[in-house]
Formats: sequence, C-alpha cells, structure tokens
Amino acid sequence: MKFRAKLVDAACLNNFTRVSNMIAKLAKTCTLRISPDKLNFILSDKVANGGVSMWCELEQENFFSEFQMEGVSAENNAIYLELTSENLSRALKTAQNARVLKIKLTNKHFPCLTVSIELLSVSSSSRVVTHDIPVKVIPRKLWKDLQEPTVPDADVSIYLPVLKTMKSIVEKMKNISNHLIIEANLNGELNLKIETELVCVTTHFKDLGNPPLASENASQDRNSEQMAEVHIDIRKLLQFLAGQQVNPTKATCSKFAF
Amino acid sequence: MEKVPADWKEREGFSRRWWKRRTLGQVCEQKPARGLGLTLLVTASLSPLFLAQLSLRTVNSSRSAYACFLFAPLFFQQYQAAIPGQDPLRCKILMKSFLSVFRSLAMLEKTVEKCCISLNGRSSRLVVQLYCKYGVRKTHNLSFQDCESLQAVFDPAVCPHVLCAPARVLGEAVLPFPPALAEVTLGIGRGHRIILRSYQEEADSTVKAMVTEMSIGGEDFQQLQAQEGVAITFCLKEFRGLLSFAESANLSLSIYFDGPGRPAIFAIKDSLLDGHFVLATLSEPDPHPQDLRAPELQQPAPQLQAHSTPHLDDFALDDIDSYMIAMETTVGSEGSRTLPSTSLSPGFQPHCSPGSHSEEEDDTEPSTVPGTPPPKKFRSLFFGSILAPAHSPQGPSPVLAEDSEGEG
Repeated sequence: MKFRAKLVDAACLNNFTRVSNMIAKLAKTCTLRISPDKLNFILSDKVANGGVSMWCELEQENFFSEFQMEGVSAENNAIYLELTSENLSRALKTAQNARVLKIKLTNKHFPCLTVSIELLSVSSSSRVVTHDIPVKVIPRKLWKDLQEPTVPDADVSIYLPVLKTMKSIVEKMKNISNHLIIEANLNGELNLKIETELVCVTTHFKDLGNPPLASENASQDRNSEQMAEVHIDIRKLLQFLAGQQVNPTKATCSKFAF
Repeated sequence: MEKVPADWKEREGFSRRWWKRRTLGQVCEQKPARGLGLTLLVTASLSPLFLAQLSLRTVNSSRSAYACFLFAPLFFQQYQAAIPGQDPLRCKILMKSFLSVFRSLAMLEKTVEKCCISLNGRSSRLVVQLYCKYGVRKTHNLSFQDCESLQAVFDPAVCPHVLCAPARVLGEAVLPFPPALAEVTLGIGRGHRIILRSYQEEADSTVKAMVTEMSIGGEDFQQLQAQEGVAITFCLKEFRGLLSFAESANLSLSIYFDGPGRPAIFAIKDSLLDGHFVLATLSEPDPHPQDLRAPELQQPAPQLQAHSTPHLDDFALDDIDSYMIAMETTVGSEGSRTLPSTSLSPGFQPHCSPGSHSEEEDDTEPSTVPGTPPPKKFRSLFFGSILAPAHSPQGPSPVLAEDSEGEG
C-alpha cells in the first residue's frame, strides 16, 4: 500500500483545509478512502437517535499536482484509513503559508499519514513542519460498510436558502425546542418550525427552487403545494450547519418516506 | 532565615516608582504557571561596583522551573532602596495577589499614569499604588512574608551549547504545536538545523497522538553553538511564557543547555532588565532513535566528508552525580526534608533512570537531593539559602504561601 500526493496551489490548499475543518466539526473520527481518482471522507455514525452520516467526495486532480497511490491489491485498488479528524485539520492549519504540502502514508512504528509542509520563509533557509498523524488501516472485510450511500428517490427535494441564514435561525430555535420540523414542497417553499406547549415558531422561505426530480412518477402524483415533513434533532442539524465552511453552489435537502 | 533588622521595620523601607508598568505586568504574567510565591529581592550598596537592583524570582511547586527577572534602577523613574550597607531586603508574596494588581494590561496602559511600590516594614505589607487618571488612586496592600533567599545556581557560561535567535523566530517555531502540549524536544539535526519535536509520554501507547516536528535552518539563528545530535526535552508551557514576553519586547532569546537531565537556561536581556528561566530537562534518552534526523524535504547538506555524520541516536547517558545541580536546602533546625516528587504531566509514570545510580543512592551525597518517592524523570532544581547562618524561620506575619518543599 502506498500513497503520496503533493499540493502546491494556495487556493486548493485553502479548500482542502476547509473541507478538513468541516469534517473535524462533525465527528471525532472519520474514514479516509483513497482511490486513484478520488479522496473520500466518510462518516458513518450509526447512532439510533438520528446519527449523522456523511459521504464527501473530492476529485483528486482538483487539488493535487501529484498523486500516486497503490491500493491493497490490483482488484481492490483503494486504501481505507481511519483517523482522528481533528489531527488532520490541525496539521493543515499550520500550512497557511506553505510553499509545498506533501501527504504520504508512512510507517513510523505504526502507520501514519505524514503531512509535510515546506513554509515560505523570509530567510534563505527553508522551514519544514512535519506532522505524523496516526492512522488505522481498515481491513477489506469492513469496506462494505463504507460505500457510497444510495440516495433513494425523494418525495420532495428543495434547494436550501443561504446556509448562514438558516444557521442563525436554527440557532435561535435551539433554545426553545430540541426538535425541528422541516417542511418543504415542490413549489420552492420551505418552513422551519418548532412547536412547544407554549409557543410555536415558524420561519418561511419562498422561491427556493427545486432540483429536477429523478423519477417522473413522483412529481406527477404529488401536489406541488403539499408539504413533506420531517422531524429532526435540532442539535444535529446545527452541528452540520456550523461545520459548513465550504460555500456550496447548491445545497439540497431531500425528504424521504421510510 | 534572617531576621529583619529592628530598625528597618521602623522605617518605611524603600520605594520605587515604576515607569514601565506594562513591562512589569507582562513580566509577572510570564512566571512559571505553578509558582506560588514571588520573591522580591532588593539590593543596595555603597559600592558602585555592585549595582542596586530589584529582582523578582519564582519557582514552581515541583521545583522544575525557576524564573528570575532583574531590574536595573534605571528601569524606574525613582528608585530608593533602604540604606546602603543593609542586608538585601527580601520578601515573598503570593503570586495571585501580585498578579491581580496588574491584571488587565490594556486597562493599565490606558488609565494608569504612575505606579509606586514600597515596602512597609511596620505592617509587613507591600504597598502598590496605582495613580490613575482623573485623580483615582488605587492602593493595594499585599501581605508578604520574610523568606530565605531563592537562588538557583546556574551559570550559562558552563553550558557547552548555545542557541540565540530573535524571539520572533522562536515564536514561529513553536506555532505548529498544540497549545496543550506539555513538553517539547529541542535538538540539533543534520545540517545544523534546529529541530523542535513534540514529546509524548511513552506510557500512554493506547492513544497515539499526532507528532509534530518543526525544522528551522541555522541561518535564522544569531548564534548557534551546538553539536549535531544533541537534544533536550523541557516544558513547552513554561518556555512559551518567556517567549511571549520576549516577543512583545522584541528581544532575542538565548538558550544555554548541556545534555538531557541538566537544566536549560533561557535568557533575555535588555539594557534595563535581565530575565532568566531555568527549566529542568528530561533525563532519559529520547525513546525513538530517529527523531532528530532531518526530514526528507530539506535540501540535503553537502556531504563533504567520507565519515558519517555523528550518530544522532546516542544521547549522553545520564550521569547523575556529576551533573546534578543542587543546593543545600534551607535547613535551619529542621534537618533535610524530603522533596516532593516531580510530576510534570498527569499521566506521568515513574521510571528508573539509566545508569547505576538510583535515586536512593543520591541520599548519601550531601550535595544532592534527598531521595524522593518514585524516581522522577525530570531532575528538580533545588533551591535554598546561600547564606550560612540559619535563623528561626518564623516571622510574625501569617504564612501565606507555604514553602513548597514540605508539600507533596
């Protein structure tokens, strides 16, 4: 198993750091999947009470100027590593003034992801920061739990409003109730609602737009004004919203009936 | 401990006016975190050769870190010590009390015009007066207790290795390390690169922590006199304290050190003040041999000689007897006391130091520390009175900060 990659562009480094920060805010440990074209960050929190699971995919060539990997075997050309997400984000934080960033899989008494940063320096000599992040190699037999989740056909899919706005609203609602009701319809309307014995607060968003639905049948059957509703744990949603550092072009919220 | 001369008690003592109050506040903030007491020592003399000066000293409870700041009289607008010829005035104040006077530096800068510090022998109080804007005057009366001299024996000149760099460079060097990191290893790597590496307690192997290493070229240093392969491990937190002061005052910081187990001296100097931090260093060799090898990214140093570079793995064996710095503790009538066991980090595991000498054997040597329960990794620095005559230690004032020797 081998992996080495080199990153030289400041903007790419910035984005990569933000992704890593986002992951660190969501969960303590995460899985990093390395394949020839992609890097994936996978979180699968199978907590009964509405855990957060996440699949994040990065096209390797969008970030790295050099990328070489050799997986477990030719048929299974991937590497799955488990690491503490905070370690990676902390390591990348020190790379703010980096000339070159290199990541490679090493074995220093135990498997590590070594992040090596050459800093820009005013003086003639170079300064190098090296971080050895301990990782655990995940055996082949556990790979099946870490595959890309299949997204079933949704009842309703809607584009979210600006996440910052949504976050500040949900933050205030958190003080009143533990559960948030999200309603959305195919007419571009989204409601964030909390209900308690004493008070009921709803925030309405209009004209949000809906992504094109996967299957024709669903849209035909459904009245576009009819709201689909889910109840979620407000703190989990807030954790997700707080972690968002990458400004998405579009954020979609889809509701499924199970 | 010396008795305060009777006639001195009757007088007001001395007074100083602080001109650079901000500096003093900053100096106080940099004291080793666990220092309980702050010792003030004022000396005055007729002879121009021996300069009057004010010193602030402190040591932490485990006696593994010592700090001393010396202020020349010119630092102050007005400096008036007791009558020259008197024995140096010496008192111990609770650090917390003293710090609370200079709590907010920003506020001090904005509102305080003048600061006056004086010793009131009659009431055994250190009086700090802050003359603020708009006619406001804040007076703080801090109880002090007479104490023995707190003096570590150390001499930068005998240390074979010296590093000196602007504080800014060292500040940048410690930036990658997490704020919570307790200890760091400083060493010289191949090609005269200065390497800082996070130090992990070997005992806690279930939770593997991230290891961070910073490598800086020797060209960034003003002075670099050290062998390749030499390394010491010391408390980063204490070092950060002095470093942040040095950075704010735009000074250079010098590090004088020897080998593992021997204290390292960190010094800053200005025309008006002089600061020293003496920190104990880890006495066992670094467990991971490859540590100080220069990382692959560094431009390879030209290999001119045929012989290999000095083997970085062999650190000087801990030769306890010759190198331990110790002093006779203040004995008075009490005899030698058991020193507290040093525990710098919570997860600390005792271990037996390499070499034939165990802690217990050191008991027999009068100049070394009496044996302490479990053998420590860090050598403590031991302090005590350098004055021969021992007087009854108890003064009339209440004991505010127990002499930490008696504490576990």
